[in-house]
Formats: sequence, structure tokens, C-alpha cells
Amino acid sequence: MPEPALLDTVRQIETPEGITLSLRAAGPVARALAWSIDLLIQCMALLALLIALATLSQGGFGVWLIALFLTEWLYPALFEVYAGGATPGKKALGLMVVHANGTPVGWSAALIRNLLRAADFLPVLYGFGMVAMFSNRDFQRLGDLAAGTLVIYRDPPILALTLLPGPALPPPSLSLAEQQLIIDFVERSTILNPARQAELAELLTGFTRLTGMAGVERLQAYARWLAGDHS
Amino acid sequence: MKQRQFERRHSAEWQAFAARLERLERRSPLKNLPQPAPLPVLELPAAYRQLCQQLAIARSRCYSNALNARLNQLALRAYQQLYRGPQGRWQAMLQFLSTDFPQRVRANAGLFWLCAALFYLPLLGMGLAVYQAPELIYSLLAPERVTDLEAMYAPGQAAVDRAASSDLAMFGYYIRNNIGLGFRTFAGGILLGIGAVFMLLLNGLFIGAVSGYLTAKGLTETFYTFVAGHGAFELTGIVLAGVAGLKLGWAVVAPGRWSRSAALRQAASDGVRLILGMTALLTLAAFIEAFWSSNHAIPAEIKYTVGGIGWLLIILYLSRAGRDVA
Repeated sequence: MPEPALLDTVRQIETPEGITLSLRAAGPVARALAWSIDLLIQCMALLALLIALATLSQGGFGVWLIALFLTEWLYPALFEVYAGGATPGKKALGLMVVHANGTPVGWSAALIRNLLRAADFLPVLYGFGMVAMFSNRDFQRLGDLAAGTLVIYRDPPILALTLLPGPALPPPSLSLAEQQLIIDFVERSTILNPARQAELAELLTGFTRLTGMAGVERLQAYARWLAGDHS
Repeated sequence: MKQRQFERRHSAEWQAFAARLERLERRSPLKNLPQPAPLPVLELPAAYRQLCQQLAIARSRCYSNALNARLNQLALRAYQQLYRGPQGRWQAMLQFLSTDFPQRVRANAGLFWLCAALFYLPLLGMGLAVYQAPELIYSLLAPERVTDLEAMYAPGQAAVDRAASSDLAMFGYYIRNNIGLGFRTFAGGILLGIGAVFMLLLNGLFIGAVSGYLTAKGLTETFYTFVAGHGAFELTGIVLAGVAGLKLGWAVVAPGRWSRSAALRQAASDGVRLILGMTALLTLAAFIEAFWSSNHAIPAEIKYTVGGIGWLLIILYLSRAGRDVA
């Protein structure tokens, strides 16, 4: 368990059912990238519309100006309300907008945070927004603060991790945290290459008295025992 | 119970739960597509509560982080499906315009008069000053803009009617420009109110200068017949943008009994509704400005009468509408 004093971007929300859920707030770099993608999409769409309407004399230009107005102000809000909290740019970066209590954003919050974008953008390129993001722990820009919203990571579905089959060994006496650490390492080792597995396992040479892959195998055996895979 | 026993016992439930969630998440709020099977709406709460309990058990027994993360994600997705606000409807919008919006304006009467003063006093002052000394207009406008202005309201122009397509172009221009300025006024309010006050003063000075200058040059007929129609809605819209913006600023400067962030969220939720009403007013103003004000075939008397009716309507609307509704 991480201690609450640690500096991280995980935010805990408490649900009416009395459990806490964790959300990971997204930082300025991911959000700036998402914004750039959105800007590109907006520009392309407006350019395409301009070419399409160019044939229609001056009236077409009026229609284009209205489209420009809607794109400038409402494009993000529309997507955030109707497309699962994410504009195409945010979707590409795996981000989404939620209320500070983790629920999906509604019209009120989406409009507030996107109208206040104009203040965040001042004096140049999100200057005030950046200052605001660095002065609170959830990276909220001014619009997020006023709307009570967060931009969080939407993780891809987490699949069940399984341990490789093999022998199980009872480990010497360990605290609960230590047991958890060993299981975590072994579960995670399925996505690490053997050299890295061995490197990490060697940190525990004092405990296993083994080096290289032998150490990894010993930890795997302990983990099977601890997780209950031996039965 | 060891972690693996726990997982074995419940993994089928979790997979079924994830499959249900996926179906709920894929449902688009815009389209009511026919579903192959009824959506798992009724089973969700019970299944979700069970999952919450399993997550709490997994945490208290210190099962592995991977398992906890997986259950946390399932619970979070279900939470977001269960606790979502109602989706907006058109009736709600009508209800808002007929009662909620004017009620909100009256609830903010103090700020409304303050913003009206911040807008109309510079307007009148600058108007009188420029009327006395027309060259003062160059302190606000570049000489080319002044020349454009004179050409625009030259009496000869009255004969040349704009084509319908150019009316539509102007409509688009007014929508983007005027409503965009209103939004900016609201947003600028969060900067301690400075942005909103600045926009109110600037708009007041600018409109005052133009009116004073054109009056001094004797172009009254063309100018006032043009602005009469949409003035009531546009000027009121500008003041309301200021009210919404100053609410934000005031919440930051003097949050009262709330924390600064709570006061700000409350002010923003009130302010965005004022801005919604402002958008409706400015859209109406843009429509009148593009398609009615620019029509030179309509006699001046009718234009002034319609302008007066506009003021009467807006005053009645903001002071009376929704009064009997609790």
C-alpha cells in the first residue's frame, strides 16, 4: 500500500457504497498533445467546409462563420457530453473528463470548463491554465476548478494475471506487505524480459540466497504458495 | 482464503459483469438503437454492490495489486454507469428560458445594476464627449476604421440594399463575434473579475464613441434606424455576460462562508446558466441585426417602434417572467 504522503497523481473518491475507487489524473503533457490533435481535426474540418461552401457565394461564408463559432466553443463540450467524456484527441491519448467525484460530465460542467478555456488560454498558449495546473494536485486548469472536473486516464481493460504453473514452496516467515510484494513481482514478471526479472530478483539475494534465474524461480514458487496456487 | 481460491470462486461473475458493462458503455446516448437483448439495467445495482464488497475484501486481505486494480476498474466503470446525471431535453431548455433564466437574473439584481453602470456610464460619457469633440474618437479607433464607419452609415448607402446572401454572411459574423465576446467576458471574470470589468468598460466606451461620432456628423437617421431593432437584446446580453463574469471573480475574491473552490464552483454553475440565456438573447439580436436592421426599405418610424417594443419586451421578460412559479 502506498503511503498517503507519497507524491503521486492518484486520487481516491469515496462512493455511496462505502468503498474508495482510484482515478489517475492526467498531466499537462498528455493534455497538450490531446489538444493539438483536436486543433488539427478542427482546422481540417473547417478547411474542408470552407472549400465545400466556397461555391455558395457570400451566404456560404455566413454558414462557415457559424460553424467556426460552434467549433471554437462547443466542439469539446459536445464530445465530452455525448462521446464518453473524451474529444477525439483525448480518446487518442486515453484520457477522459469526469466530475471530481468520478461521475460522467454533464452539460453544465462541460460548458463551464470549455467556456473558461478562453481565460486559461491567456496571456499566451494556456499560460494561466498552466499556472493553475501546477498549483493543485489534480492538474486542474481554471476551467476545471470552476466546473469541478478532472481529466483522468482511461486505462485499457485490465485482464486477469495468472502465474505460470510450477512447484510451490512455503516461504520463510514474511510480513503481509512483504508477501504482497512478492506476489506483485511475480504477477508482473510475465510482462518483463528474463534479464530484467533476474535483475529485480537479485535485489532479494539476501533473502533467497540465489542469483540469476534461480532467484526468480524461487520467488515464483513462493508466490504460488502465497497466492494459493499449490492446491 | 487464499487469493487464488477467491479468484476462482468469483472469476465467472467478474467476466459476466465486465460483459454487461461493455454493453452499457457501447450504448450511444444520441441514438436509441434496437438492442439484441434488453440492456442489463436492472441487474446492475445488485451486481455492483456485490463487486464493491468483493473489492473491499480483496483490499483488506491484501490480495495482489493486479487483482485490486482489476476490481477497482470494474467498480469504477459500473459507478460511472450508475451515477450519471440526467441527459438534457428540449423541454428543459424551454422551461429554462421561460422561468429559470429570468429568475436567476433577478436573484443577481445587485450585480446586474453594477454591470449596467459599468457599461452604460462609460457609454454615455464617451458618447457625450465625442459628440462635443468628434476628434476624440481617434483615441479608440484607427483613422481607416473611422472612414469605414462613415462610409457604412452614409445616407447614400440607404438606397443600396444588401443581397440576401450577404445578410446571411453578416448573421454568421454577428454570431461568432458578439457571442464570442460574451463568452470571453464570462471567462475573463475568473481573473479576479478584471477581465469582465475590462470587457464591459471597453464595449461601453466603444459603442459610446461610435454613437457620439455619428451623431455629431449628422448621420443619425441611418445609424439609429440600424441599431434600434436589436439594441435592447444586444446591450442587455452584454450586461448579462458581465454579471456572469463578475460572479466568478467575486467568488474568487470574497468566497464568504465557503472555501474558495466551492464558492467558485457554485458561481460557475449559476454563471453558465446566465451565459446560456445571454446566448439566446445575442442570437436573437444577431438575427434581427442581420435580417431586419439592415433592411433599408422599412420606414424609420416602424424601426423605432419595433426597437421600443424590444425594450419593453426585455424589461417585462426579465422583471416578470417566472414570477409566479416557485
